[in-house]
Amino acid sequence: MSMRRVYMDSNASAPLLPEVLEAMRPYFMESFGNASSIHHHGQQTRAAVEKAREQVAKLLNCRPAEIVFTSGGTEADNLALFGMLKPGDHVITSVVEHHAVLNACRELEKLGCAVTYVGVNAEGVIDPVEVRGAVREETKLVSLMMANNETGVAQPIEESGEIAAEADVYFHTDAVQAAGKLPIDVQKLKCDLLSISGHKIHGPQGTGALYVRKGTLIKPLFFGGNHERSRRAGTENVPGIVGLGKAAEIAYAGFANGETEGLRALRDRLEHAILEGIEETGLNGGAAERVPTTTNIHFDHIEGEALVIALDLKGLSVSTGAACSSGAIEPSHVLTAMGLSPAQARASLRFSLGKHNTAEDVDFALSIIPETVARLRELSPVYKRQRVAVSS
Amino acid sequence: MSGSTIAVAMSGGVDSSVVAALLRAEGHNLVGLTMQLWNQKRLSGYEGMPEQVHGRCCSLDDVYDARRVAETLGIPYYVVNHQERFEQQVVRPFVQEYLSGRTPVPCTLCNNHLKFDELLTTARQIGADSVATGHYARAEYHDESGRWRLLRGVDASRDQSYFLFGLTQEQLSRTRFPLGHLQKSEVRELARQHGLPSAMAEKPDSQEICFIPGGDYKKFIDAYLEESGAPVPETEGELVTTSGEVVGRHSGIEHYTVGQRKGLGVATGSPLYVIEIKGDKRQVVVGSGDELYSRRLRASKLNLISVADLHEPMRVTAKIRHRHQPAAATAQQIAADELVVAFDEPQRAITPGQAVVLYDGDVVVGGGWIN
Repeated sequence: MSMRRVYMDSNASAPLLPEVLEAMRPYFMESFGNASSIHHHGQQTRAAVEKAREQVAKLLNCRPAEIVFTSGGTEADNLALFGMLKPGDHVITSVVEHHAVLNACRELEKLGCAVTYVGVNAEGVIDPVEVRGAVREETKLVSLMMANNETGVAQPIEESGEIAAEADVYFHTDAVQAAGKLPIDVQKLKCDLLSISGHKIHGPQGTGALYVRKGTLIKPLFFGGNHERSRRAGTENVPGIVGLGKAAEIAYAGFANGETEGLRALRDRLEHAILEGIEETGLNGGAAERVPTTTNIHFDHIEGEALVIALDLKGLSVSTGAACSSGAIEPSHVLTAMGLSPAQARASLRFSLGKHNTAEDVDFALSIIPETVARLRELSPVYKRQRVAVSS
Repeated sequence: MSGSTIAVAMSGGVDSSVVAALLRAEGHNLVGLTMQLWNQKRLSGYEGMPEQVHGRCCSLDDVYDARRVAETLGIPYYVVNHQERFEQQVVRPFVQEYLSGRTPVPCTLCNNHLKFDELLTTARQIGADSVATGHYARAEYHDESGRWRLLRGVDASRDQSYFLFGLTQEQLSRTRFPLGHLQKSEVRELARQHGLPSAMAEKPDSQEICFIPGGDYKKFIDAYLEESGAPVPETEGELVTTSGEVVGRHSGIEHYTVGQRKGLGVATGSPLYVIEIKGDKRQVVVGSGDELYSRRLRASKLNLISVADLHEPMRVTAKIRHRHQPAAATAQQIAADELVVAFDEPQRAITPGQAVVLYDGDVVVGGGWIN
């Protein structure tokens, strides 16, 4: 049964762009050499890796030598944290970070580091003053995400970078969800470390990079060869890196050529139509600065999980953005930190657009979301009780 | 057929997997659902609770198995979270029943409140009309009475109708039990025929309570109470005979069930059994085997299925627990929510908290909770 499928979950994985696949293709079959080999085959792939490095450096406005290729955003975050900290150090981060940062911090605490997790306001934004207030003698690193994966909310990174610089501590930002959506200039941001992920910018899964400012001494996670200037051992994933580079190039061009702004228009239309057309809905993080592609909306009195499934069965792929760990499903730590009740957090859905999405996709989504929400509410005992309470 | 969708409740076991395979072969639109009901690791840090849990209901292993079956059959599959409701409607009452000196039947509560309530609501919300499960039971519409009926599964050794006595007409109208007409041996053979993973056809049946890995309900209750941080209720008390003589002390009424012989810690000439548990006095009454027999019981929180009421006495066979030969009795509803069942022959260890389920041949008349 072929049904129309519309994909609005790019914050989970953004579909590979055809140009990216074309760029990668020769590196599977024809150019397969180990980029460290001295012969012709190695030289070919070495050239491709270095070209990709330049493409990524351009996206971030840094030197190619400052780019370390990794297996993804998680590895980049782990490298930044474990690479910079030792027992006794203090690190400042936030409660809304991705689990790659949060769980790495929890592990660091077990190993003898101290961690401060600054909170967020109702819009999901940290207060840089709180960051400054948390700095103490043992503080070595501040790690704050540039944009949140669930809500798209952007953090005050420039201000935080200033604070870190003044306090003479290192500054890492997880820019996995910001790359390609918000312009990034590591010089302006004053960050020392920055993580990106390939599959969030329409590149291949299993690729990513960590920007490491020249002069920043970082301990590697893996031991083996001297790859990536002895910062990340392991034979380069050449096709993957080539894809990441091409995706970075396309992401960079997207700002100048209006593609990214075009997505903002689509997101805004989707968001307004839902908020205005469906009762008892609300935007999570709406008053904050956000990436242009993401909207996180709570649909009160239903289970978000059931709505995601119902929409999936009708051909629309979205997510609840809730974390799933070891079989137990926890309410979103991000939405909880923003003050949403457990019921509202569970009733929240994330729609995240990518370069593949069109106006027709938004039309399709709007043609099925209202009736689906209505059906869920009609069958929801909670909604019925609430209606009775309101009308009496 | 193509209009309606059936939600299959999939546990990862052979029964529900065969249900999915059979319905798929009949050409139905299906969606597979597994309910996430209990975090198996939640109490694993407490004394006596196993660390590693594999292959228990809604563990990752079971979800994996269910997902593989769904993939093999080409049907969409989802895990849905109903943990909060399960704890409220099944686990907490389970603990409270034991603390009150009663012996609960959690599987029935799960059926009433989760499988045929929450899950049915979710199924309808996502566009399905009905839920199919692997229960060995039959549901059918009876034209003459204009009622939906529940019947025993034809495989008497597997019949699960006892646990389903709480289903309403609405629930039964939206339920399918494709295995009710089959023997368990046939079901395993069907698993092989439909190309389900071979390890599945051989999977042993689970006998335990799904949320108690290892089966030690006493340790579970202790761990659950400790975790809750609430002051643990005092439940130790006196062991008394049926004539009121105090013969010892017991460690907590929740550790006992009617008919129990072991663990009494009292040495006498003849075997002693738990005859009754007096929750309010925290006493466990012990006596000889003969004293366990009784002819009458009262039950409440009734649910009637094949009939609308039992104001007129009816001849039935009745089960007082799942593993019990249905015994001839007369049942009558003496008040809106009170049933009296008088057995022809004395029955052993009638236990408050268990369900009494009434049968008219293979048809489930209804049932209630024993007082």
